[in-house]
Amino acid sequence: MRQVYSILVNNHAGVLSHVAGLFTRRGYNIESIAAGPTEDATITRIVIVAFGEENELDQIAKQLRKLYDVREVEQISYNQAVTRELVLATIKAPISQRSEVIQLANAFGAQVINMTDDTVTLEASGNDHKVRTLLKAFEGYGISQMARTGMISLPYDGMPEDWEPIA
Amino acid sequence: MAVATKAKSQTTKQPAKLKPKKISGAEIIYRSLEREGVKYVFGHPGAILLTLLDLFLERSKIKHLLIRHEQCAAHMAEGYARASGTVGVCLTTSGPGATNLITGITDAYMDSIPIVCLTGQVATTMVGNDAFQEADIVGMTRTITKHSYLVQSTDDLAETIQEAFYIARTGRPGPVLVDLPKDVLLGDGLYQIPEKVDLRGYKPTTKGHPRQIQRVAEAIKESKQPLLYVGGGAIHSEAHKEILKLAETAEIPVTYTLLGAGAFPSAHELSLGMLGMHGTAYANYATMECDLLIAVGARFDDRVTGKVSEFATRAKIIHIDIDPTAIGKNKAADIPVVGDARQVLAEVNKLVKPQKRALWKKRFQNLRAEYPLSFDSPEGAPIKPQEAIVALSEEVGDKAVITTEVGQHQMWAAQFYNFTFPRQFISSGGLGTMGFGFPAAIGAALARPDKLAIDIAGDGSFQMVMQEIATAVQYDIPVKVFLLNNATLGMVRQWQDLFMDRRFSEVDFDSSPDYVKLAEAFGASGRRIVDKEEIRPAIQEMINTPGPYILDVIVDPDELVFPMVPAGGATKDMIVRDSRKKVLQGKLSALPDN
Repeated sequence: MRQVYSILVNNHAGVLSHVAGLFTRRGYNIESIAAGPTEDATITRIVIVAFGEENELDQIAKQLRKLYDVREVEQISYNQAVTRELVLATIKAPISQRSEVIQLANAFGAQVINMTDDTVTLEASGNDHKVRTLLKAFEGYGISQMARTGMISLPYDGMPEDWEPIA
Repeated sequence: MAVATKAKSQTTKQPAKLKPKKISGAEIIYRSLEREGVKYVFGHPGAILLTLLDLFLERSKIKHLLIRHEQCAAHMAEGYARASGTVGVCLTTSGPGATNLITGITDAYMDSIPIVCLTGQVATTMVGNDAFQEADIVGMTRTITKHSYLVQSTDDLAETIQEAFYIARTGRPGPVLVDLPKDVLLGDGLYQIPEKVDLRGYKPTTKGHPRQIQRVAEAIKESKQPLLYVGGGAIHSEAHKEILKLAETAEIPVTYTLLGAGAFPSAHELSLGMLGMHGTAYANYATMECDLLIAVGARFDDRVTGKVSEFATRAKIIHIDIDPTAIGKNKAADIPVVGDARQVLAEVNKLVKPQKRALWKKRFQNLRAEYPLSFDSPEGAPIKPQEAIVALSEEVGDKAVITTEVGQHQMWAAQFYNFTFPRQFISSGGLGTMGFGFPAAIGAALARPDKLAIDIAGDGSFQMVMQEIATAVQYDIPVKVFLLNNATLGMVRQWQDLFMDRRFSEVDFDSSPDYVKLAEAFGASGRRIVDKEEIRPAIQEMINTPGPYILDVIVDPDELVFPMVPAGGATKDMIVRDSRKKVLQGKLSALPDN
């Protein structure tokens, strides 16, 4: 299964490698990792997406909580949190196809940030599903370069306690 | 109380705007160690530590011992911690001084032993430059410590050391490393510490959840065939009295792990001895038959469970542990309880009513009678290691703290020594570090001057650390080495005997030192024995000779450790006795249905 971890850590040197090390030791590939400051300058939020067996993923969460520099670990399901990812992609778009590509970009609310004679570079953000659909839509034209930030996430505020996610 | 009065006197003392006085980094460390109640520091010097070492010359509150190899400094700190229940401390220089600690730190991490390792480091301006004797010890030890610190400023020193000790001894104990750059040691800073350590990300749960404790008590009441399975956590939390009370009140037999030995008296009528790969047959059979397994401070290690999917399959599992990651890691728990073993069991004991289990008691007594630990000792044959340990146990008993190295002798010690009190048995369990026992015995001797520290050793392990005889002689530490000398690496040889068609490759020592002369060369004493009749008189001589002593007991190299559950096998695959004499493999009579 796929798991999103939202991890609050002390903003100390070496914490990121320590956290990542827990995953590598168990042989789990981290699909994406994003780290950045929070509202408190002493705290960093790391968001990790990883694949694994359910009990193993829970075990990793417990081990993360044990690290001295880890403050909080949340295992997030999609329905309970806002998740966003930023993607930059250069699409092959000769003049004959340029307007088609831009039209498609508009449909996804993506911004054109650079253009050459035969490429268009786009910036788009959205949840995991949107980013994947978008990239799939441009696959046919050819994506010559791409960079993704990895997912960042915040739990929804004010979620009622008895709220159950729709499966 | 002391803290409060101290704080008061400080406030009354500072009416004027007195600037707090800065002191040297070395001074801060010394004061911090003093404040933590440290009595001994096991160390090896280096140029970076000069100013700190200088303080040990004239002050007497903390004794620094000059050891001969840094790995042994860590093991001595461990031995001290394991025997005393307090934090052990070692101090080494940067680079090789620090990297030599790694085996000892890992050993402490695997067995949850509280030690604090102080290492010198090159100056902060040089860190990362591949400077002389630089090693990234913080990076290297990240996965083998509870936490590692690189101190960046002299002002942070006092608080960091306070935190290090706090982290080492609280929760599930373990090693903490503090890396001390040269400029931090040489510089001046403030000795400032908070009154109470408060770490936002570190709050171990010690009190068990009342609902879970209720469920534990109910499960015990409903169970017909319960079994207590006690690990090292029971020793760390000093839960032995509560375990005894629970076992006797509710008539529950007790089995213990290697690290749990001593948490319950070996000779008690409810004791089944050690379980696991080389545990007693009756303890292992009891795990197969029990309907409730109460794990206390144990972690379902592979050497205990064998094939985990076939371990204690009939039992409901209660798992009490202070470390939530230990629960459900190897075996799912029906009733998990996160908390300190002593506190949790004290609460459980309030709810448990006296119970009799005549049938179950008869069953495990029969198992014990049917499959006792045994060995043959024919007339004229070489000394059997087991009989040497039985003799030692009978001659010194509870007067001694026993450490071991790793291998066959370790298993025989756990099987045949009669343990009567917690912290009596000190052994490297998780990491299985050969060469652990001798330095650990030196640490234990300092922690327990009222006891005799005896290292039950194998000759393979002892050869890894024998330079520390010099340390024992220098400080006149009366540590005794009970050397079961079979001139081979017995445990590996045993596997070759059983699984490699007796092809003994790279295990036999065709050249061994003369251990008596070796002892004498270092200024210690020793004796070699080869006859059974000599065992007891020689043990008496060992006890009565002051100072370090090596008793070189020449034993039969063909003796194997049984019972044995082959690695990866299930408990039912246990080989109960030496197959060359009598086959009793997996033949368990009359397994009752519940």
